[in-house]
Amino acid sequence: MNLKISALDFIQEVKNGNISAEDFVANTIERIQSVDDKLHAFLYVNEKAIEQAHEVDKKVKSGGKVGSCFGMPISIKDNICIKDTKTTCASKMLEDFVASYDATVITKLKEQDAIFVGKVNLDEFAMGLTTEFSAFGPSKNPWNNEYVPGGSSGGSAVSVSAFECVASLGSDTGGSVRNPASFCSTVGYKPTYGLISRYGLISYANSIEQIGPLTRTVKDTAFMLNMISGIDPNDNTTIDDKNEDYLSEIDSGIEGKKIGIIKEMIGGGIDPAVLSATNNAISKLESLGATCEEVSLDMVKYSVAAYYTITATEAGSNLARYDNLRYGYDFPVEGYEFNSYISKARRNFGPEVKRRMIIGGFVPSAGHAGKYFLKALKVKSKLTKEINDAFKKFDLLITPTVPILPFKIGEKIDDPVSLFLVDINTVTANLTGKPAISIPFDNSNGLPIGIQLMANSMHDKLLLQAAHALEQTVTLPEIPI
Amino acid sequence: MTMIGLEIHCQLTNLNSKLFCSCKANYREFEINENICPICIGLPGSLPRLNKEAVKKATIIAMALNCSIPEKIAFFRKNYFYPDSPKNFQITQLNIYGDTSVGGPGSIMVGDKKIRITRIQLEEDPGRLIYEGSSSKNLITLVDYNRAGTPLVEIVTEPDFETPKEVRDFLNILSDLLANLGVADPSLEGAMRADANVSIEGGKKVEIKNIGSFHDLEKAVHFEITRQESLHSRGIEIIQETRHWDDKRKITVSSRSKEEELDYRYFLEGDIPWIKINPEVQEKLKLGMPESISFKKERYISKYNIPVQVADVLSSDKFYSDLFEESHTETNAKEVSNIITTELMGLVDTREKRKASKLTAIHLKELADSIQSGKISRNSSKNALHEILKTGKDVSQIISELDLGNVSDESELSEIITQVISEEPQAVEQAKSNPQTINYLVGKVMQKTKGKADPILTLDLLKKLIGIL
Repeated sequence: MNLKISALDFIQEVKNGNISAEDFVANTIERIQSVDDKLHAFLYVNEKAIEQAHEVDKKVKSGGKVGSCFGMPISIKDNICIKDTKTTCASKMLEDFVASYDATVITKLKEQDAIFVGKVNLDEFAMGLTTEFSAFGPSKNPWNNEYVPGGSSGGSAVSVSAFECVASLGSDTGGSVRNPASFCSTVGYKPTYGLISRYGLISYANSIEQIGPLTRTVKDTAFMLNMISGIDPNDNTTIDDKNEDYLSEIDSGIEGKKIGIIKEMIGGGIDPAVLSATNNAISKLESLGATCEEVSLDMVKYSVAAYYTITATEAGSNLARYDNLRYGYDFPVEGYEFNSYISKARRNFGPEVKRRMIIGGFVPSAGHAGKYFLKALKVKSKLTKEINDAFKKFDLLITPTVPILPFKIGEKIDDPVSLFLVDINTVTANLTGKPAISIPFDNSNGLPIGIQLMANSMHDKLLLQAAHALEQTVTLPEIPI
Repeated sequence: MTMIGLEIHCQLTNLNSKLFCSCKANYREFEINENICPICIGLPGSLPRLNKEAVKKATIIAMALNCSIPEKIAFFRKNYFYPDSPKNFQITQLNIYGDTSVGGPGSIMVGDKKIRITRIQLEEDPGRLIYEGSSSKNLITLVDYNRAGTPLVEIVTEPDFETPKEVRDFLNILSDLLANLGVADPSLEGAMRADANVSIEGGKKVEIKNIGSFHDLEKAVHFEITRQESLHSRGIEIIQETRHWDDKRKITVSSRSKEEELDYRYFLEGDIPWIKINPEVQEKLKLGMPESISFKKERYISKYNIPVQVADVLSSDKFYSDLFEESHTETNAKEVSNIITTELMGLVDTREKRKASKLTAIHLKELADSIQSGKISRNSSKNALHEILKTGKDVSQIISELDLGNVSDESELSEIITQVISEEPQAVEQAKSNPQTINYLVGKVMQKTKGKADPILTLDLLKKLIGIL
């Protein structure tokens, strides 16, 4: 059975009766069992997946109403709650936490007959960009197992690119969907802030993060967005997209569109292969009828510092609830006073989480907020103004998703600051709430390179059309697995 | 000069649901940890879902206290670790980055004195801690999260009070006002709590926390002033500190200084977008506000000619004024107000008694009408009222069952009057020469009928039978 088909092809094949969802899911589970020992994308595999797919098949055969996903196997980043399923955030703190409710995206996908094959790996609480900070061990890049798959949604990207599922949901706080998508050669998309409900996504930095799909094609991403976008009474920050169909008119092309090349994101520190891929992408866009021109976003040079200041502040608050009193892992309270208990219990956080929580306790504190946190907020609002000005002139912006190629596992783990800088091209979309997408574009010595497009808020449909157009110009080598 | 400032916390007990989820705002009737959901116990991934009604109610309070209303309001996180706080932060409001809480500066008159309101903010109540175990060695702290997330309005005053009495007067006015607005039932246990700041001339500000009732608040303030004055007179410095009210010993006790060092790391709650309260919304809220206590009082006086003191007590208690509004007519208003203020208030003076009472507005209307039409005497109406509260039976039924009705049968009454005339020849003669003394004879008739003789008919018959018409 061909597990490499796109989501839309899978749906067509099941609809036509060429394949059954049960067979496909069973083969997918088999695939997970055969390759995941090596790749470690999955933290948990759903034993009932095959049975659930069988139920969908019954509906298909009986001519009953079938949800739009037709039993499609999807993997879910382990910071999104599925009822009665362990949701660990790849942390020892939540090792035994079983969610008691479904995230809104999960409810929506269940209604559309998606099958969740399992929960996938991430950097602990989504803090990192390699999955090396998972408390349960790193995932491996399927293109070369010695390399990191990116992160924090590394498990999502690995599972899609290694055909362990058809699509995945990740979360993107500073590039956590787009970065691993770029490193593993999948599509990865972060929508306009508020387009997808965060209810049931375990918060890291709630004011800027979004759930986003990782898929094989841009069309698949548009399809996934159709499934999960829209206003949610359980998330007051969601926006009403009036049931927009992101898949219709996906072939509109980009003729006449104006595209800005962000100068600060193709400058110093960029890998030559990444730069040449970017230039190549720019000529492709021009050949499709777009005009490209450089644009400067002055605030980008402060964006990573602002990003880490804001995310640490929010993380310090969002993760404060993990005192192990109500849920968590097995550690009896007897004999402890409250403060001594929580300081003991919180030892189970990993090093990167601790680092950010310590920063998060400092940067917004009295006497320091003015120098750090409030300044970071200023950068955020100035950057937003700059990018809004840019979108007065341009329809889209283009950058490489990550300025460097995937690196080896362990190579940067002891140098957090150099790791932080890898986020330079992705954090802007989060800080400004803009939609951004990474598509597979090139390959350098067997290591993938992704290209990022950004659009103005609520121009997600335009963004997907442009990404689809550019995607059509790309031919990439087969993954060696 | 003594300066006292207050921070009052009032639960919006009349709301259906909590501030950020659909659990009940009235948590009191639940078994421990039964009124909870993923949101109010802060399960991973849950998000606050703002109860817009709570914002409206809090805004109404701000308006009633003449506060400025900002066009946009925001929520902030107050970060601190405590087991009653399931997220280890509280969602509250803050005005340090501009006025963004539901109410800005305002004021209220307490007698002739203006008390300034600093701000009003909307926030979530934490859970409740229950301590078990007899000694510190086996002490267990249990947490009940039923209360967690209950909408709470904090009203902060300027240090404008100078005496415990002023504090008490203010609290009475405030709790009447909140009840009248229909936002809260201040008589519910724990619905209103307060902290106080007290300082005397030459001393630092001392904060008193953990005061469970308004009654104790007055006591705590009184104790604290005395304590500070005593220190001052002995030349001992009054330091800035937080003290707790010891409910059992009725004294304030210094808290460990740790609390004052807390840094709450306030920042904007990103999960709740800014809420616009534009002038149109404000206007709509204003129109929906109930009549104020002072307007009500004026109306009672001018429209029904009710005495000032009666109008005062009647208008300030929502329970009674609601009863009055529903039961009075153009003609019986004064009678109704009389029954309420002279009889009823003594009978249902506690929350429990009010709850147990079976009295309705219909009862009250019928009772007043019956007095006015002479069916029952004022005297007997007291017995009828007792019975109504207990049984909820019809007024007419009670009158006949308990034989409380006036004797208004002419022949029956004539018989009794004839008897009185024969027994009191002297008084009869006196009445003939001085008609005002006839009241003595009316009294005698009342005695014989145990107060049930129809007073108007009695007088008529007496005059007729004596022959002084």
